[in-house]
Amino acid sequence: MLLNQFLLLAAILFSIGVYGVIVRKNGVLVLMSIELILNAVNINLIAFATFWGMGGQVFALFVIAVAAAEVGVGLAIMLLIYRNKRSIDIDALDELKG
Amino acid sequence: MIGALLAAANTVTFDTPANVAFAVLAVVMIIAAVRVVTTQNIVHAALWLMIVLGGNGIIYLLLQAEFVAMTQFLVYLGAIVVLFLFGIMLTRAPLGRSDDLDNDQKWMGVGVSLILLVVIGYSLIKTFEDQQLTFGAVEHAGKNAQTQALATSIFTDYLVPFEVVSVLLLAALIGAIVLARRD
Repeated sequence: MLLNQFLLLAAILFSIGVYGVIVRKNGVLVLMSIELILNAVNINLIAFATFWGMGGQVFALFVIAVAAAEVGVGLAIMLLIYRNKRSIDIDALDELKG
Repeated sequence: MIGALLAAANTVTFDTPANVAFAVLAVVMIIAAVRVVTTQNIVHAALWLMIVLGGNGIIYLLLQAEFVAMTQFLVYLGAIVVLFLFGIMLTRAPLGRSDDLDNDQKWMGVGVSLILLVVIGYSLIKTFEDQQLTFGAVEHAGKNAQTQALATSIFTDYLVPFEVVSVLLLAALIGAIVLARRD
């Protein structure tokens, strides 16, 4: 197996995730796209771990833990936005616009 | 690079089944990921996301990271997808089809991600041309492949980051409770 086939798969998944973050309007869907991005990064970390020792796998585990924390807090924030505005349409959150 | 891929597919080693498995997984994961960001049904997006996350776990198995793969199955498929479904339910998202999930920046999104993909892909192909991965678990069969080394590594070299992650998880737990509590 080539190293590059894993890295390119991760690059494709990363780009799809970036597309989702830009295009999606629903807050929960944006969080899902961020999960896609984090998973793509994890593939990279683990592919490099087969080259340069265990550090990559350790940090992939850390990324999984941080992603779990991020989803928990993110969904709590979405819930608060929903309670205050009755929708989680991100384009409707434009109070900072002049 | 494609030539090297084909050459690797023609020799009879463990590479061949691994490459076939990888190709099938890659196609399934890319289709599922595209569906996550394009489907108009928010529950379906969560379910497609599950396929991508499971495929990720199998990719980790291909890369001989069995502990990380199991963690991926437990944490992502077991917890995070359920959390997403709870989030969808609690925000009373439209459960059926809805045409209001995308904004009008579709072409900008396509452009940005294509440019990103070309830049990353070009630099990857340029840098790592056709470096091969080796199958330690196959070559040294019978040994406890990676989990022992991973545990040693976490509890010696990376002990401080590990503790910091524990504190971060605790803080996130308390933060989520405080944010979502009604009072």
